[in-house]
Amino acid sequence: MNRLKGEFSKSLLTFLVMKGIRMVSLLFAICLVSFILVKSSPIDPIQAYVGADMMRVSPEQRENIAEYWGLDKPAIEQFFHWGSAVAGGDLGTSMIFRQPVADIIHERFFSSLALMSTAWVLSGIFGFAMGVVAAMKKDTWVDQFIKWYCYTLASTPTFWMGLLLLMIFAVWLGWFPVGMGVPVGVIAEDVTIGDRVLHLILPALTLSIIGVANIALHTRQKLIDVLASDYVLFAKARGERGFILFWRHGLRNIALPAVTLQFASFSELFGGAILAEQVFSYPGLGEATVEAGLRGDVPLLLGLVLFSALFVFAGNLIADLIYRVIDPRMKGAKSV
Amino acid sequence: MPILEVQDLSVSFVQYTKGLRQKKVQAITSLDITMHEGEILAVVGSSGSGKSLLAHAILGILPSNARVSGTINYSGDELTPVRQASLRGREIALVPQSVNYLDPLMSVGAQVRTSVHNDNPVEVQKKIFERYHLDPDLDKKYPFQLSGGMARRTLVSMAMVSGAKLIIADEPTPGLDSIVIKEALSNFRELADHGCAVMMITHDLGSALQIADKIAIFYAGTTVEVAPVKDFFGRGEKLRHPYTKALWRALPQNEFVPIPGSQPLPNTLPSGCLFEPRCETATRECSLKQPKIQEIRGGMVRCIHAT
Amino acid sequence: MNNVHETSKSQQFGLLPRLNRRQRTLLVILLAVALLFSVLSGALLISNDRLATNLEWRNAAPSLEHLFGTDWLGRDMFTRTLKGLALSVGVGMIAAGCSALIALVLGLSAATMGEAVDRIISWLIDLFLSVPHLVILILISFAMGGGIKGIIVGIAFTHWPSLARVIRAEVMQLRSAEYIQISRRLGKSRWWIARKHILPHFIPQLLVGLLLLFPHAILHEAAVTFIGMGLSPHQPAIGIILSESMRYLSSGMWWLAFFPGVSLLIVVRTFDSIGENLRMLIEPHHSHH
Repeated sequence: MNRLKGEFSKSLLTFLVMKGIRMVSLLFAICLVSFILVKSSPIDPIQAYVGADMMRVSPEQRENIAEYWGLDKPAIEQFFHWGSAVAGGDLGTSMIFRQPVADIIHERFFSSLALMSTAWVLSGIFGFAMGVVAAMKKDTWVDQFIKWYCYTLASTPTFWMGLLLLMIFAVWLGWFPVGMGVPVGVIAEDVTIGDRVLHLILPALTLSIIGVANIALHTRQKLIDVLASDYVLFAKARGERGFILFWRHGLRNIALPAVTLQFASFSELFGGAILAEQVFSYPGLGEATVEAGLRGDVPLLLGLVLFSALFVFAGNLIADLIYRVIDPRMKGAKSV
Repeated sequence: MPILEVQDLSVSFVQYTKGLRQKKVQAITSLDITMHEGEILAVVGSSGSGKSLLAHAILGILPSNARVSGTINYSGDELTPVRQASLRGREIALVPQSVNYLDPLMSVGAQVRTSVHNDNPVEVQKKIFERYHLDPDLDKKYPFQLSGGMARRTLVSMAMVSGAKLIIADEPTPGLDSIVIKEALSNFRELADHGCAVMMITHDLGSALQIADKIAIFYAGTTVEVAPVKDFFGRGEKLRHPYTKALWRALPQNEFVPIPGSQPLPNTLPSGCLFEPRCETATRECSLKQPKIQEIRGGMVRCIHAT
Repeated sequence: MNNVHETSKSQQFGLLPRLNRRQRTLLVILLAVALLFSVLSGALLISNDRLATNLEWRNAAPSLEHLFGTDWLGRDMFTRTLKGLALSVGVGMIAAGCSALIALVLGLSAATMGEAVDRIISWLIDLFLSVPHLVILILISFAMGGGIKGIIVGIAFTHWPSLARVIRAEVMQLRSAEYIQISRRLGKSRWWIARKHILPHFIPQLLVGLLLLFPHAILHEAAVTFIGMGLSPHQPAIGIILSESMRYLSSGMWWLAFFPGVSLLIVVRTFDSIGENLRMLIEPHHSHH
């Protein structure tokens, strides 16, 4: 048994090393491609730095700024300069926030994390439950309704869902503030946890409502497949039915794929957060991404591209690891 | 009184093909079978003849797009869907084909324990593992770790511990070596000797003849003949249906002559006797309508020329 | 035992009692196509007069005169929405078309040009899936200096991976299919095999794949435009309309956001249902329905 455990951790190590190599190669490519893209932008980074309010920049000013940012050097040199700084953990300084990019990401990640994790958990639980109900009641009106609802949600623009919630709960009912992560005009120290939660609810609700569609449809299909499997047929032949059948064989076989899917959907989650944060002026990573893109803040934009890639990669890695560690077919020995 | 009586059972399906065209597939056509306690009935037919569906129809676990007609009686009373649901796994047990019928993510021991209804599951499972020479370690193992023989014994043991009186074994022998086959067959004989009725569904006439009391020959979704095992000897003179005779002669230990032609597909069944297109002794009458099953010399046969 | 277990969806809806699944699917497709056609032709035919500033009709709630109400300049929101939809659908279609082309080239190459190419393309797919779509869209939009070109290029470059995978799998499966192996051994030319066996299977799959790209492309176009990276404010795209409506939400002008959003939702959903229903006709066993 010890030998088997050893082999398992060895194969796990190989797996992690291979994943690591792939990750590094992808990150390098992302750096390169993003760098080329922002360099080819017709948007003048110096103008962006100075801001739109200043119509004209004098040649000397321009030169000073260019020198300060290293913009006067050849592109390749700039790339390696920036690349080696990034590898050392220095993402540069944001042009619009006048703050190190790493600090901005660090600070905003926590407010985005609160938003995304709330939405992630809620959409996971409700989506899973909806999928299970639909599959157990396959072809009844309940199933038809859940399916219709999910397909409709999948076609709903996230930002419009946010606008709807904003209109209903903030404007009409007045239950929630209309925007911003914290109340306006209150200094940071005076902001209570209650305030933060209040500002979190609507954007999190937006993301949760939209997020259920994918997991619900996937779980429904998976459970339908499981219910049509030979082992469920045999379980029925042994007299199992209804909830016992679902608990013993259904849940066991669909839980893992569902959890994995949730982890693998970090990309959609991040994309949704960008839109929800924009609608509710929630000061997270998404809002920063939009600001960086709109105002031409190259270091911040590049930093966020890299960070979002790491975020997505982390989700996929966790999904893979869960499979390897939990599924007995992946970890056990091949023979007795 | 027979423990199981199937009369005029038909099963068909509605299927959708490319372009969502509807197609009705007739899987079982007016099938009749009778079983008694302590008896092994082998249902023999080539693959694709709808044998497994017979087992699923008796247990009431056909897919929802199946249409069923006819009657099934168990211990003298009609087997309604409600009764099927209460008898499944208690009075009537299935021994499935392969390890794929076990939950891949549930340990083997736990699955055996779910089959125990009246006793202490842990005790019963330990005893049955001992009796079938299954390693106690197997308790914690998963189905993918079982060898063919171990899987076979596990599946049979699940029917054993359920305490069922009617056991339906679906293709219990394919892909196994002869020692394991022998062992599996003797397990069924043992069950029958303890008063169970065993229906063994198989494509292998040879192994069926080794343990069964009666053989039902299944062709294109129906039984063409039910004969006691003692009728299978010589050149098959005692057999009643031309298909049974041909099957008997096709065995390696006999003349080893294959039957020309192939079984009709479920959606292109002939209008008359289902075997008529391949029958050497067919007459014009045979193609007119499907013959009724009749009793001849202590067996049943579905052929107008049978004597 | 004389029970009939059959569940047929048509029996549950009194509305369409005698249609089988095939007829219902065809009907849904027909209705969806008719709806899309009327929206797009409506947008082309409707006159631009109602888009003019009309201060007498400022901020009017929905009425028979102005179905979707009017905005702060007195412009008819129904007209704006129709025009905006047409623009968004147009941009979405061009972008999805470009994306499908990329998917076709890469999917075919991966399936037919050997293992090395297959690996490179699978790495490329990983690359494009490793950053959230919206982030790539913002990056590309920025690189192209915003505008319609940025959106089309962005969507074209982000939406191909899933379709490329489908194409790759489909072609690989077809190539190894028995009847094609046999045709090859019978000495049929590559072109003959492609024309007789591969294309008839492949073209419908490709069309459905393309059709299912539209909804995503349109949604992403609207999203990028909404955050201000896409079309310029002078082009009445749905994303612009919705983004402008945000400023008037707190004054209770709900119709500015509600109707354009619902219309976009319906159009996207219609595209999606055409794609899903067509897929059901092609492969009834593999669709989600």
